Amino acid sequence: MSAKATLKVFRGDAEGGKFQSYEVETYPGMVVLDAVHEIQAKQEPTLAVRWNCKAGRCGSCSAEVNGKPRLMCMTRMSHFEEGQPVSVAPMRSFPVIKDLVTDVSFNFEMAKKIPPFSPRPREADGTHRMQQQDIDRIQEFRKCIECFLCQDVCHVIRDHKKSNFAGPRFLIHLATLDMHPLDTLDRRELAKDEFKIGLCNITKCCTEVCPESIHITDNGIIPLKERVVDDYFDPVKWLMRKVAGGPEKKKAKLPVISDEPLRGTFAATPLAKRGEGE
Amino acid sequence: MAHTGSPALAPHTKYETHEHDVLVIGAGGAGLRAAIEASASGVSVGLVCKSLLGKAHTVMAEGGVAAALGYVEPRDNWKVHFRDTMKGGRYLNQWRMAQLHAMEAPDRVKELEEWGALFDRTPDGRILQRNFGGHKYPRLAHVGDRTGLEMIRTLQQHGVHCGMQVYMECTVTRLLVDGDRVRGAFAYWRDSGRFVVFQANAVVLATGGIGRAFRINSNSWECTGDGQALAYLAGAELMDMEFMQFHPTGMVWPPSVRGTLITEGVRGEGGTLRNKDGKRIMFGYIPELYANETASAEEEADQWLRESTTGGASKARRTPDLLPRDIVARAIYSEVKAGRGSPHGGVFLDICTRRSAEDIKRKLPAMYHQFKELGDVDITKEPMEVGPTAHYTMGGVRVDPETQQSRIQGLFAAGECAAGMHGANRLGGNSLSDLLVFGRIAGLHAAKYARSHAAPKLDPEEIEAASREALAPFNRAEGQNPFALHEDLKDKMQTLVGIIRVEADLKKGLEQLARLSEAVGRIKVDGNRHYNAAWHQAFDMRNMLVVSEAMARAALLRKESRGAHAREDFPDMDKGHFSKVNIVSKMTPSGMEVREEPLPDVPAEIKQVLEEKE
Ligand SMILES: Cc1cc2nc3c(=O)[nH]c(=O)nc-3n(C[C@H](O)[C@H](O)[C@H](O)COP(=O)(O)OP(=O)(O)OC[C@H]3O[C@@H](n4cnc5c(N)ncnc54)[C@H](O)[C@@H]3O)c2cc1C
Ligand code: SF4
Ligand code: SF4
Ligand code: FES
Repeated sequence: MSAKATLKVFRGDAEGGKFQSYEVETYPGMVVLDAVHEIQAKQEPTLAVRWNCKAGRCGSCSAEVNGKPRLMCMTRMSHFEEGQPVSVAPMRSFPVIKDLVTDVSFNFEMAKKIPPFSPRPREADGTHRMQQQDIDRIQEFRKCIECFLCQDVCHVIRDHKKSNFAGPRFLIHLATLDMHPLDTLDRRELAKDEFKIGLCNITKCCTEVCPESIHITDNGIIPLKERVVDDYFDPVKWLMRKVAGGPEKKKAKLPVISDEPLRGTFAATPLAKRGEGE
Repeated sequence: MAHTGSPALAPHTKYETHEHDVLVIGAGGAGLRAAIEASASGVSVGLVCKSLLGKAHTVMAEGGVAAALGYVEPRDNWKVHFRDTMKGGRYLNQWRMAQLHAMEAPDRVKELEEWGALFDRTPDGRILQRNFGGHKYPRLAHVGDRTGLEMIRTLQQHGVHCGMQVYMECTVTRLLVDGDRVRGAFAYWRDSGRFVVFQANAVVLATGGIGRAFRINSNSWECTGDGQALAYLAGAELMDMEFMQFHPTGMVWPPSVRGTLITEGVRGEGGTLRNKDGKRIMFGYIPELYANETASAEEEADQWLRESTTGGASKARRTPDLLPRDIVARAIYSEVKAGRGSPHGGVFLDICTRRSAEDIKRKLPAMYHQFKELGDVDITKEPMEVGPTAHYTMGGVRVDPETQQSRIQGLFAAGECAAGMHGANRLGGNSLSDLLVFGRIAGLHAAKYARSHAAPKLDPEEIEAASREALAPFNRAEGQNPFALHEDLKDKMQTLVGIIRVEADLKKGLEQLARLSEAVGRIKVDGNRHYNAAWHQAFDMRNMLVVSEAMARAALLRKESRGAHAREDFPDMDKGHFSKVNIVSKMTPSGMEVREEPLPDVPAEIKQVLEEKE
């Protein structure tokens, strides 16, 4: 005899929707994504959900499970109290496309604005030398699977939609570039003026939800904030750093971005108004 | 739905059109690398993928990328890598591809570093390399056990600044061809269901593998053989389809994660396979081909591990735990069959008695996490239970080794969806390097082709036909559920065309596939086209069936056991006929034709490289 669980899944689109209850049979090790797939295969073939790897590696299956931002494929059903329904909703900060699928194109647009890595030349023997301890910290940031759960919970993104705040995911990307031993660009002015790092008030909500346990705030945003502030408000420190050596960095400019957005999501127009896909 | 499916009544399909010199289908490692190369040469490039950018299957790769950089073992060079690759492929590889791959992989890896990748370091600050199955020396550049993520993110971050146009969550359902010349592709947006037509002078397929056709597999949902099927339906040839790699170490428990991969890196870091009696199993399964270079007792194996992982050159021979995958997978299969397996039908993989908890967490963090979260196992304290899982497709689109062009003009293929590089069995780490090397070559030649040929004209009739095919599942009054058919297919492939094959099963398999093909032609989908999972699944089913049939037919024809293809009725590797041919499938008006194709001649200087000892 197998146990049963009830899921309340959001069904709807940009125009609105409601939670619908489904009962599924559970099995050992079952995760929320399995349960959603059970519903899709046996009850609601048109249920929309994003996923790729089912191993916590790709960051596609982000959703809010019982109100908490999580990866559905890494959330065990046994995690929840038996008999209590489990609610599954799309990420709140991004427009809904359909059911559990949201329009996350904001993040892809933001990624394009960050001036890319620009390394110094190689050593004479054709290698780049870096010590492991010098890259440990940024290797931590590069564990990011772009699930955008941190973006989802950040109140600055939620409240200041138009502020152009890059959000935690991209602040740690800026921090990665800033701390990369080979990089030659200084993106601090952009971090301040363009990506609005000043708006972050270190609530650490982002760090709490990160499935990769990246110390987004303590190891990334706070040091980056300090470096931005240092340079702007403390000419002595700035001079000291210059004298102490380290590579001279060129000031970065925003990359030239083509008008064409990355295509793929249309959520700005409610689905109902898009006709039958013609 | 406005369409009735009848050509007389259907209004002309509405669709948007995009023009590119080069269209790359697939944004895994191969597709991104191809798109970067083509963009760099100045042509207009479109990049299409089924999921969001950066989520392709490549993101899952764990252990590393193979390249004879020689940083850890200075004796390593392209010739040794080439020999290892050919031997691992049981000499069915296209020698020229294996050669290009071994020669160019180091530059491709260094180039990734130039684009921001941060590989783990040696004590002197260079890229660290680890041991892997079938590689004579420590050769895999890696980042812990998340090398694929590092690679795809690096390519993605570099690529979006190269001027390519990305179409994400967009699925191609047909290539558009004029006789033997490609002219574009027909696709739909996954979210709106609207149609998209790409007009392209050259097309690069980089759609990955086909693991989802098997019950137990390590692959992401995207791996449904789309590229192979699209190419086949457009008139290109498939090759080596009988070779499906079963990775020896997938998770076996709990059922939710059955098949999920455990990287070979665990064994590279010292992990050993044991049966239920605690005995190390691999010493009993060393084949003649590898006997000279493999340790025959535990002591020697451990000495080799110790010495080669601490950077020194070892005089001892390699541990049999790191024999090529086909051998290890079959060893596990045999142990389980003989009743010496673990409680849930696998064997034990033990790292906890071999390395400190701290080492394990640092070297294999994702494995630690994965078992802890999904399997309730702490791998620093307990052994893992593992068993074979369908993992990688050596077969794929048959291409010209120099350019990656298929027999269709202007149609190129690279990465897992192309054939030839790996022969009968792929070595771990040789896929990520394959993506980089051949992704680049395909991008380069596709751009060249596009520049030197006039843009082709689209044919409205052909587009209309593609649209009718796409809409047919909505227009049936009743029919089959695509999810149920997929379950059915997975079982049939697993049991009848699986890890050990036999003629009677393969024949039964073909009958079952014929039945399923017919059923797929009757799939009925409800609802509308907005992000409709069932509709998406219907296309995947068509593609998986094409590829599954090619696998079963080729497997039936190859009457021997070689590499990943094992026949119970022909258990030996044939030294004669089958050592000299690849099997090729092609569409004909009367169905799938399967034939043997002689291997290309190996020039004298390459033969010499193959025979050299060091
Ligand atoms: C768990 C795991 C671990 C691995 N570890 C390693 C390793 O350590 N080292 C190694 O060398 N190899 C490893 N491999 C193998 C390797 O990851 C794959 O072979 C490789 O990533 C395939 O890359 P690709 O670029 O060919 O295709 P993929 O990465 O599979 O990308 C395919 C792309 O094509 C797109 N696509 C597919 N169909 C369509 C369509 N119809 N329309 C539009 N787009 C489409 C997809 O959206 C996707 O973007 C591993 C594999 C697995 C499963
Ligand atoms: S710490 Fe900053 S970035 Fe993170 S959630 Fe709070 S405000 Fe947002
Ligand atoms: S930083 Fe963490 S939470 Fe944010 S996108 Fe990356 S993995 Fe997700
Ligand atoms: S499906 Fe990839 S992280 Fe969940």
